[in-house]
Amino acid sequence: MPIPERKKPDLRPVSDETVMSSSVAWAKETRSKAVARAESQGFPSRQDEYWKYTQPDAFISEQVKLTSRLRPELEIFSAQTEYLINFENGHLSSGRLPSVVGCDVERLGESTTLDSHWIRDLYGQLELAGQNPVERSLAAVNTALATEGVVLRATGILDHPIRIHSVSKGNADAIVHHVIKVEAGASMTLIETGQYGTRANIVIEVDVADTGCFHHIRVQDGVERHIHSHIFARLGKMSTFKSFTLTSDVKLTRNECVLELTGDNANATVAGACLGDGEFHHDDTIFVTHDAVNCESRQVFKKVLRNGAVGVFQGKILVKSGAQKTDGYQISQSLLLDDDSQFLAKPELEIYADDVACSHGSTSGAIDDEALFYLRSRGVSHTKAVDLLTLSFVAEAIQEIEDDTLADAILNHLTKALEIR
Amino acid sequence: MLEISNLHVQLEEEDKKILKGVNLFLEAGKVHAIMGPNGSGKSTLSYVLSGKDGYQVTDGSAHLEGKDLLDMKPEERAAAGLFLAFQYPVEIPGVGNMTFLRTAVNSQRKLRGESEMTAGEFLKEIRAKAKDLKIDAEMLKRPVNVGFSGGEKKRNEILQMAMLEPKMCILDETDSGLDVDAMKLVAQGVNALRDEKRTFLVITHYQRLLDHIKPDLVHIMANGSIIKTGGPELALEVENNGYAELLGERA
Repeated sequence: MPIPERKKPDLRPVSDETVMSSSVAWAKETRSKAVARAESQGFPSRQDEYWKYTQPDAFISEQVKLTSRLRPELEIFSAQTEYLINFENGHLSSGRLPSVVGCDVERLGESTTLDSHWIRDLYGQLELAGQNPVERSLAAVNTALATEGVVLRATGILDHPIRIHSVSKGNADAIVHHVIKVEAGASMTLIETGQYGTRANIVIEVDVADTGCFHHIRVQDGVERHIHSHIFARLGKMSTFKSFTLTSDVKLTRNECVLELTGDNANATVAGACLGDGEFHHDDTIFVTHDAVNCESRQVFKKVLRNGAVGVFQGKILVKSGAQKTDGYQISQSLLLDDDSQFLAKPELEIYADDVACSHGSTSGAIDDEALFYLRSRGVSHTKAVDLLTLSFVAEAIQEIEDDTLADAILNHLTKALEIR
Repeated sequence: MLEISNLHVQLEEEDKKILKGVNLFLEAGKVHAIMGPNGSGKSTLSYVLSGKDGYQVTDGSAHLEGKDLLDMKPEERAAAGLFLAFQYPVEIPGVGNMTFLRTAVNSQRKLRGESEMTAGEFLKEIRAKAKDLKIDAEMLKRPVNVGFSGGEKKRNEILQMAMLEPKMCILDETDSGLDVDAMKLVAQGVNALRDEKRTFLVITHYQRLLDHIKPDLVHIMANGSIIKTGGPELALEVENNGYAELLGERA
């Protein structure tokens, strides 16, 4: 059977406008290169090794529409003191951005019109580096077209998290690109909540300098949403990167995270928990490259699936030849609440150094009958007992969140989400 | 309180008969002990009464205050006043002991059509009861039974019993894995709950626990049925002579 010809993205109508509107040379160049990159790569298809388990069609088709009623939004971090940035239908809300001591906060659009600016060395550059060895054409499309996003440069230790909250009404597609630089010794937490659009293509580029510290917590929900996100991060010496994502209700999500540990003694964690019910397909695709000595990386993913929900995990640890004393850990587990749900996992290790400790594990299991009986024997109903065991199952991933208050907020949010189900 | 008659039980998955006509009548306010050799069916009896899956009742009945127990779901049996202290309490990571207990207390109240306990009331009560069992605030906050020592797990079972205030308490080898001090503490907890409306069924291998929790009646179980019933002295007899003689008598 002949393999169908790969669909070429036709970015001209939109990209011409975006590229031309870039008034400075570097932005024009970065964007046109990204257009060329996306065009030569073509859109992903099921024939691609890394799209075997997830159908990319919904990300690249003409339009995706919402049909059902949306659920009421739950306030997750309401008790939290924070710096809030609002997005509406994929656009950064007009009005003033918060002023944060120890962090520059700018609009992406404005930053790309400045010539001598640190962002020129970062925008689209980590994305470009992350295209090898696996092509990620939808990220290139994002770099080519994104005009919305925030640009953060942390120079100090931030006293509160910065939260990006998005609201989307109607059938908006969103292309958002955040660029973050954490300077030496600086530390910040970024939280993302809400929905950027009916369909969203999100790229976050994070450059963590030596001894810098970046924490990221993301809550993805929204019935019928389609989210494809990429995080590209580069870690310097003794730096820390920790990202946690909670996903529920979303129809289709693919979260790709491409990390490169380039400085010695760096530390990276990518974790996620998802609750899938019914029409739900969630894909975590992680690529961690160790390119320095004595670095530690952790991937911790937990998925609870029911009523035909599908979970995918593709996690890779690549240890380059000089990256001795690497400690790589990877665990992906699913709790399947019925026979209709599916978990597809592909853990990969590729190691070229000889003094390395890398471990990986992947399991699929049903609810523990002993524990279920224990809870029921105390008077807890079957449904409530399954909910408690669901929380118990995902707790290990939530514990990867550094800040206990934020971890508790996530746990409370999940408890409430289970109650209103 | 609890009336078990001619109870026959076999394993669901294989044709293996475990209980072969158990008859027991437990009056309110009494402490009954069941002793017996390994494999006699003691733990099976406790599981069948509390509603664990995997067992098939082929004949007989069990009634709690006149209500047909075998017809109820495990949570309904709990709400009706039945409590089983597990031989091996289950660890539940990620769920705080307090959250678990409050969920249990309020679930039972809801099933009984009573109003839920407020957070304040619950906190006050659990603090007082935990103190009696030497369970500190840290242990209440930790995930259910995770990282608990054998003794802590058993004390936690008794704390649950104290909070849930059941009418019929079954203790399945609560003494297993306990040192003397831990056993005393657990026994004190149990004794504190003894009153004329509450009944206990204490399952044990050894007479030692019965030094601390004094039974009114002792039953010997062997090969799936009760072969002898007597006063506390029966337990001493077993301690001194083993089960062989009793089993021999029967044969």
